[in-house]
Amino acid sequence: MINSTNTSEITPSKPALKIQGLTVSYGDKTAIFSVDANFPTASMSAIIGPNGAGKSTLLKAVIGVQPILAGQVHIFDNPIKNNLQKIAYVPQRVSVDWDFPTNVIDVVQMGLYRQVGLLGRMKGEQTSIAMDCLDRVGMADMWQQQIGQLSGGQQQRVFLARALAQDAEIYLLDEPFSGVDAATERAIIDVLKSLKSKNKSIIAVHHDLATVRDYFDYVLMINIKNIAEGLINETFTNENLQSTYGGKLELTHAEELSAPKDRPTK
Amino acid sequence: MITEFIQFSLTPILIGILAGISCAVPGNFLILKRQALIGDAISHVVLPGIVIAFIFTGVISTIPMLLGAAGAALVAVILIEVIKRLGKIEPGAAMGVVFTGMFALGVLILEQTDTSKVHLDVEHALMGNLESLIWLKAQGWQSLFDLDVLKTLPDELFRIIFVCGFILSLTVIFWRWLKIVTFDEEYARTIGIHSSIINFSLVIITAIAAVAAFESVGSIIVIAMFICPPAAARLMTNKLGIQVIWSIVFAILAAIFGYIIAGYGPLWFGSENSVSAAGMIAVVSGIILLLTCMYGPCRESVGQTKD
Repeated sequence: MINSTNTSEITPSKPALKIQGLTVSYGDKTAIFSVDANFPTASMSAIIGPNGAGKSTLLKAVIGVQPILAGQVHIFDNPIKNNLQKIAYVPQRVSVDWDFPTNVIDVVQMGLYRQVGLLGRMKGEQTSIAMDCLDRVGMADMWQQQIGQLSGGQQQRVFLARALAQDAEIYLLDEPFSGVDAATERAIIDVLKSLKSKNKSIIAVHHDLATVRDYFDYVLMINIKNIAEGLINETFTNENLQSTYGGKLELTHAEELSAPKDRPTK
Repeated sequence: MITEFIQFSLTPILIGILAGISCAVPGNFLILKRQALIGDAISHVVLPGIVIAFIFTGVISTIPMLLGAAGAALVAVILIEVIKRLGKIEPGAAMGVVFTGMFALGVLILEQTDTSKVHLDVEHALMGNLESLIWLKAQGWQSLFDLDVLKTLPDELFRIIFVCGFILSLTVIFWRWLKIVTFDEEYARTIGIHSSIINFSLVIITAIAAVAAFESVGSIIVIAMFICPPAAARLMTNKLGIQVIWSIVFAILAAIFGYIIAGYGPLWFGSENSVSAAGMIAVVSGIILLLTCMYGPCRESVGQTKD
């Protein structure tokens, strides 16, 4: 039954990202209510919950795109306000217009804008950083491609490369596997795992319950409010899945998902 | 012949070109943000503001007109919000009512005002007054080097030179920010760029362009200048920088050919009268867009996602 090779060393004592009492509402509708979370350093954490549970909202509130009503966010025990450069955000692929007139390398270089400033010149150094990041996601040979011609999976890889260019400590990804091909999913997971091995912290909104156990060490289960949070083995249980998804999840399905598989995660 | 051209056509063409560039450059970002109609909305909403500023000051002058336009825009925002809340109707309908309502109000005020003292009337406000911006003192090309004669150029020309230069320099300086905010606003915020400031500035710049172009091409035709050149430019290239340059080229072509065809075209067909220059500039812009839709090299590369 024991499958964990890499969750035991995680110490939640110094969280990479600490959220306290985060509340966001759209008009009269509460999107998330008083959510707490302590995402550990150097691990891969999943945020799961049904549609409309506030998963993406939570990420957007953390990075300041979505105004919050109440709550605090700390990264490495410091207020997030002046530490945003430690975070690289990978938005949902569908959140932008891919008809935008630009090419792959240009999008990746956007990840370097903070580094080069408003008017600083993109030098050869920046171009080679961007190429290196494209190489890590397996897109180096498509660097000149017009972004409108990319497949969904390729778009997602370009977004990941842009985040890599930022060389951040924490990577926040909003549904990185949504609508991508199997090869891309594999490539993204490999990149994320190599980030983890370099002590980076990964936090992803995830929708495919079947892969939670394989990909992640830590999980936050929310449905507007906190349902459960903790290491996958202890937290990703049938009972917690039922309370997160209400009646929407078939009981047998939940049992199957929550049962640890007899194979190593890596 | 040359002297006549310089006296009657050179300044209107230059003003048409500069007004076209001033509108086309911000227009690029508006169409990419799928907000092309903001230009439309602004040019409608600001009319009562411009007219009221004009009534108070009695002259056509950029700063009071801009203030009036800003006041009108503010009133519009408040009205839209009030109608949305009280009427509980969808935002699109609320905007539509406010835009057309304010535009109509502008036309009504203008009509009731005594325009004998000042030269602003409904027709000019809607269609522009490009043909009247002439340079009678010019005696030929040498006048371009004669400071005293240059001083007699219409004030509108100096104003639009200033506005066009202002818009172009802001675009160059804030290029990177404009680009990333237009492409991916949420991401821009995470790398420390204030998206809302950039968005707001774009709207302000659009309003400045609309007001500056108002004097020469009027408040209806200006919409074509916001949308047609950048939309046509998008079909010529897949690079943002080149798109902006194409949009400037198209704005220039539209102004030159529009003015010439309006002024001389009817003569070629035996007619005595010329037609509205601003109207013809808009028509030429539309024809350029039509041609790029049919023959532009980057029509097919857009929106073909291989999923």
